Amino acid sequence: MKLITAIIKPFKLDEVREALSNIGVQGITVTEVKGFGRQKGHTELYRGAEYVVDFLPKVKLEVAIAESLLDQAVEAIENAARTGKIGDGKIFVSSLESVVRIRTGETGQEAL
Amino acid sequence: MKLTSLLNRGAAGLLATGLGALCLPVLAQTAAPEAAAAAVAAAPDVLSHVFELQYAMDTFYFLVCGALVMWMAAGFSMLEAGLVRTKNTTEILTKNVALYSIACIMYMVCGYAIMYDGSYFLSGIAGGESLTGDVLKSFSEREGGFGGDSIYADPSDFFFQVVFVATAMSIVSGAVAERMKLWAFLIFTVVMTGFIYPMEGAWTWNGADVFGMFNLGDMGFSDFAGSGIVHMAGASAALAGVLLLGPRKGKYGPNGEIKPILGSNLPLATLGTFILWMGWFGFNGGSVLKLGDIANANAVAMVFLNTNAAAAGGLVAALLVSKALYGKADLTMALNGALAGLVAITAEPSAPSALQATLFGAAGGVLVVFSIRALDSMKIDDPVGAISVHGVVGLLGLLLVPITNSDSTFTGQIMGAITIFVWVFVTSLIVWGILKAIMGIRVSEEEEYEGVDLVECGQEAYPEFVGRN
Repeated sequence: MKLITAIIKPFKLDEVREALSNIGVQGITVTEVKGFGRQKGHTELYRGAEYVVDFLPKVKLEVAIAESLLDQAVEAIENAARTGKIGDGKIFVSSLESVVRIRTGETGQEAL
Repeated sequence: MKLTSLLNRGAAGLLATGLGALCLPVLAQTAAPEAAAAAVAAAPDVLSHVFELQYAMDTFYFLVCGALVMWMAAGFSMLEAGLVRTKNTTEILTKNVALYSIACIMYMVCGYAIMYDGSYFLSGIAGGESLTGDVLKSFSEREGGFGGDSIYADPSDFFFQVVFVATAMSIVSGAVAERMKLWAFLIFTVVMTGFIYPMEGAWTWNGADVFGMFNLGDMGFSDFAGSGIVHMAGASAALAGVLLLGPRKGKYGPNGEIKPILGSNLPLATLGTFILWMGWFGFNGGSVLKLGDIANANAVAMVFLNTNAAAAGGLVAALLVSKALYGKADLTMALNGALAGLVAITAEPSAPSALQATLFGAAGGVLVVFSIRALDSMKIDDPVGAISVHGVVGLLGLLLVPITNSDSTFTGQIMGAITIFVWVFVTSLIVWGILKAIMGIRVSEEEEYEGVDLVECGQEAYPEFVGRN
């Protein structure tokens, strides 16, 4: 089992969500975050004084997924979230040690 | 208080000098000018002091009502700020404060002159002084005596009128929110407040002929406080803008789905609505144009009562319709319903009974819910429902007038509605069209995604994680 953490542009959320749903992913968790990578921020002026806006709004998606679906899921997210312009985001895949469904107590693959 | 003691002294004076017999016909509603002039000459102090008080009261009334209508600018600002997304909040607030100020300036420069045959740059109103002797003379010559048309300080007239212009313009800002270039909007404001609105205002409230062709007043057109002249006009300009602007990205899906874009701050939206509600007492109340005699004081009281009743009717109706149609009590529909009720009564707030006013407001509240949905299905994206509340219900407001006001006719109302709509819509379309061709009126797709706050104003409304340089 793997955990996919993806940072994407906020307006791409609907598309990514649809793409994941089309390959059979049933649950995701979403957080509003701010961050930057190589997409630099820029300076603004506030009442005459300069400040830096480098943290840009992004959306973080977390999906727990079975290994069998992993490649499809990553590809789905990549294709749906890509605009070709800087700041599109990143996808991180990490190993998931265990999963428990709270309501029923199921563990492992059945809990996904 | 000074007023009562002065009147008491005046009354005592009348009795003491035995001038009661001479003064009674003067104080009656249908006094002859000669008798009035004679009375002024015979008892100058008492009578002229009473007239001075009436002048002061009527002037004060205009000023206070003007201040209440100015307060509506705050209402619009908060309502709109609450119904757009956080990334577009700073820009819409900037639009609102700027349009109010530009309206005040443009109306001073030429708007008032065009609408009321005044002088450009308000040069005819200098220092705020109307000479006491001139004023008292006009009182004594006034048709209808004490109960005739109000006489008041000239600056108070301008002050009361200018805030109406700002209100009309403010309606446009909500409809074009989240995707219009700020400066294109402000340039349009200059033209709308300096020319487009004053022209149709002249044909209606100033009774001028429409390009010499026909006269709306003669046809029986009546619009007390501006359902058509202010609200429908603003909505017409908004509609022209929205048609040329297009909907927000992501609002309408490829298969005709309507995707809601939720408002970010409903407390602000609610506050804005209540502020508008309160300001409307000045909007309708001040349009009585006089306070200082019994008949008009009664009218003013009825106007306040009906204005309030209509808003209440509109809100409850919209709430019930939204519950019936959509299963939930939609706050944003309820807020729009209250405003719709207010717009519906604005064309005739003094003649209806309280029950009628409530029902008229309710009609507005029902209509607005359906109108909002209808516009969305026509892919006319209006983030705050401005075109529905002010345009569709503005028309309803005009058409309700003949029900309680026998001096107006349905033909007159329709002619007036058509005249206002065609004039404002067509001229706005031309101005928006020119702006679109020269500088573009819509921000780029990237900018729309990023949010117009940073693009146009360089400031987020709700900043977090702001770095140091």
